[in-house]
Amino acid sequence: MSHHIIELEDLHYAYPDGNQVLQGISFRITHGEKVALVGANGAGKSTLLLQFNGCLLPASGRVRIGEMPVTKKTLTHVRRTVGLVFQDPDDQLFMPLVFDDVAFGPLNLGLSPEEVERQVMQALAAVGAVHLKDRPPYHLSGGEKRAVAIAAVLSLAPAILVMDEPTSNLDPKTRRQLIELLKTFDHTLIVASHDLDMVLDLCPRTLVLKEGRIAADGPTGAIMQNEELLASCNLEKPLRLQGCPVCHPA
Amino acid sequence: MGNIESSLLNIGYLETLSYQQTPLHRLDPRVKLLTTLIFIVAVVSFGKYEITGLVPFLIYPVVLIAVGNLPPGYLAKKILLAAPFAFFIGIFNPLLDRAVLVHLGPVGISGGWVSFASIMIRFTLTVSAAFILIAGTGLNAVCLALDKMGAPRIFVMQLLFLYRYIFVLTAEALRMVRARSLRAFDGRGLGFSSYSSLVGHLLLRTLERARRIHLAMLSRGFDGKIHLLRPLHLHGRDVVFFLGWSGLFVLLRLYNLSQWGGAWIMGLVQ
Repeated sequence: MSHHIIELEDLHYAYPDGNQVLQGISFRITHGEKVALVGANGAGKSTLLLQFNGCLLPASGRVRIGEMPVTKKTLTHVRRTVGLVFQDPDDQLFMPLVFDDVAFGPLNLGLSPEEVERQVMQALAAVGAVHLKDRPPYHLSGGEKRAVAIAAVLSLAPAILVMDEPTSNLDPKTRRQLIELLKTFDHTLIVASHDLDMVLDLCPRTLVLKEGRIAADGPTGAIMQNEELLASCNLEKPLRLQGCPVCHPA
Repeated sequence: MGNIESSLLNIGYLETLSYQQTPLHRLDPRVKLLTTLIFIVAVVSFGKYEITGLVPFLIYPVVLIAVGNLPPGYLAKKILLAAPFAFFIGIFNPLLDRAVLVHLGPVGISGGWVSFASIMIRFTLTVSAAFILIAGTGLNAVCLALDKMGAPRIFVMQLLFLYRYIFVLTAEALRMVRARSLRAFDGRGLGFSSYSSLVGHLLLRTLERARRIHLAMLSRGFDGKIHLLRPLHLHGRDVVFFLGWSGLFVLLRLYNLSQWGGAWIMGLVQ
């Protein structure tokens, strides 16, 4: 049995104010896949991400993590399996020091102090943030915060990593470093993003979300070439696939 | 607006001071917290006309500022900032209590003025001790000490969260205020109605952020209890610090050193 599979069956979700956000979503992501979730603002990407670890529960339909359906009873297991990195690191780093924050999850699992310490240092090392461990989060730069937020989730050793806009607000070099870092992970990875060049680099498979439905699901290369599809979903060809403005002025 | 920004930096500076490595900073936070508490209790327990007995207590802030490499000017400014509170508590004493208590040559000083001076000295002593505690320990470590000493976890957590998000909240408020003033011309649009809407929005954003933080906590297995992993160890120097200072405070509380010293010098002169 593998924990690394996410399967959605005809998922529907509406916010309490009646806004129908997700309207029948089905897909299956298997072990070790790196999948991008793209779509217009308000297409339902963030809402969908919150379904993966039971932060929101579907109105109808089903989410399975491994062989386990996501229900109130399985939440502990599901949240250990699915690590969710939020868009704004300030939402995620709430403990007084970086070390405490990265230790927050493992301590909740009831691990021994030595084990917690080991997991924390390992996670910080993975994102290159060991030197930040005794700093309070509000003194960190945007890139450092992002790295620590990722470490805070990695310390739980999740099988599946879910990230909301990981490259937003990063300077180009930090963004590049993050992409290289994510490439080294062998987790199942789901990334929601508007950064289509990053998607092109990182994810062989792309899901396009449009008004709460899956508009396309396939190899990233093919989807990013389909200008008609991209335009209908408020997207645009990745810059790297567009002509060079110097060599070929329009 | 500049004020919000600079006071934000000011809090940050207090925090930066606590990162230093001095003998004061290396002490166990529990010891510093307890010593500060005893100091404050000793200072406020004096009678209302006491002045001479209080003066020797100045040695505690003076020594700690020196040992902890803390900037006295900065701390003095902080104390001045809080001074109006004590000032208005004490300022009516001279009006209400006019009985002459002390004669300095031909000038009679009323009990009201003496008690007012006493209030101001106590204020200076206690507030400086509190600032030194934060600058020499860091609020996070003080919270940890509170927790280890058995303060209710929920209050400690409230304090920690407050300290964590005061920076985020102020920065958010600052951006909103700045955005408003950039579109307010000739003072129009800066009135109460836009202010109340701004505060309302800030509240909504705060609630929304609180929701997201809670989700982030749940996502990492939060079950209503926050665990902290930071062992504290008492060393010999901690015990010496605690016993030395509290012994001195008790001594200063029981015996008026200023009067003894004065009497001794007078004896020498004669």
